[in-house]
Amino acid sequence: MHRVKVRVVEDALDANTTIADANRADFDRANVAVVNLMSAPGAGKTTLLEAVLGPGMDGVRAGVLEGDVAGSLDADRLAHLHIPVVQLNTDGGFGGECHLDANMVRSALPALDLEALDLLIVENVGNLVCPAEFKIGEDARIMVASVAEGQDKPLKYPLMFRACELVVVNKIDLLEHVRFDLDKFRYYLDQVHPDVHVITTSAYTGEGVDELRDWLAAVPARERRTAGAAV
Amino acid sequence: MHELSVAGAIVDTVVRAAEGRHVSAVRLRVGHLRQVVPDSLAFYLEIVSRETVCEGAAFEQVAVEAWLRCRGCEESWQVTEAAFRCPACAGSDVEVLSGEELEVESIEVEENAACTA
Ligand SMILES: Nc1nc2c(ncn2[C@@H]2O[C@H](COP(=O)(O)OP(=O)(O)O)[C@@H](O)[C@H]2O)c(=O)[nH]1
Ligand SMILES: [Mg+2]
Ligand SMILES: [Zn+2]
Repeated sequence: MHRVKVRVVEDALDANTTIADANRADFDRANVAVVNLMSAPGAGKTTLLEAVLGPGMDGVRAGVLEGDVAGSLDADRLAHLHIPVVQLNTDGGFGGECHLDANMVRSALPALDLEALDLLIVENVGNLVCPAEFKIGEDARIMVASVAEGQDKPLKYPLMFRACELVVVNKIDLLEHVRFDLDKFRYYLDQVHPDVHVITTSAYTGEGVDELRDWLAAVPARERRTAGAAV
Repeated sequence: MHELSVAGAIVDTVVRAAEGRHVSAVRLRVGHLRQVVPDSLAFYLEIVSRETVCEGAAFEQVAVEAWLRCRGCEESWQVTEAAFRCPACAGSDVEVLSGEELEVESIEVEENAACTA
């Protein structure tokens, strides 16, 4: 028995990226744009989806893939919207993964009629680091932070705040009750991700919800344009 | 908090590269921007590698500095804190030169002497 050194030089996330690319190819074939919605637990992703999708999106057929550690509570909350909602649980292995990976999303694809959708929103499992590392084949990423979480979040989790195209600051109805300086938050965010787009929302009062809906509704057309340009 | 899933991805990569041989040592390159806590990663690597070909392997973590470059003015700088705007021209069109690695650089495997010519 002797020891041999083997050069590997492989990124540990490559395996996930390969599956994410396969997902992306399936999404592109079906002409569906995919948005990965990420946040710490309780920032308000499901509540925002109810507010955004409730009135419907003009001309855009939307569906939701609900990631959850266990159970179907979030999917049940969206059931009344009468749009396709598929629940994906991440338990198993270590008793509940902290994020969705490309393979989990892949396993849920047979349950989704992609041809019937223009936009698929994936509600990721709450966590502030892993979802940024494990791509799922999405076109765009949204990071939701609530004002109850503290204004220095971007500095603490730059990985997440850098890996997104849109930052939603939710629960602004609570601004008068919490010590959250929106200008400071924007300043810290700018340090971490200069010029990233920000929408401030309250799922309770409806403030900013129309703007978020418009942003989401524009993703499929934008993706079609860039896909067309790439050919 | 993500060291467990990172450890899982690393061990999967090592196991594939080992092709059934027992692994005695692993050399990793971990970029500063990955926000990995070395002790935490070491802890999970030990746990996740149990009952695999890399059980008991020595995992070496080589830290890789984060360097950015401004596409506007060509300035490059090392990032130690979360500051990604160009310090020279305040531009935002910035590329990452290094610091995003999560790489299995090399492994040391045990082979039967009989197998080698
Ligand atoms: N005050 C306030 N509470 C909110 C808002 N959005 C969500 N919530 C509450 O925050 C809690 C967590 O929301 P949920 O949508 O389940 O968060 P998720 O884990 O990100 O999906 C629930 O009690 C919601 O009612 C908001 O805009 N303002
Ligand atoms: Mg939810
Ligand atoms: Zn510059």
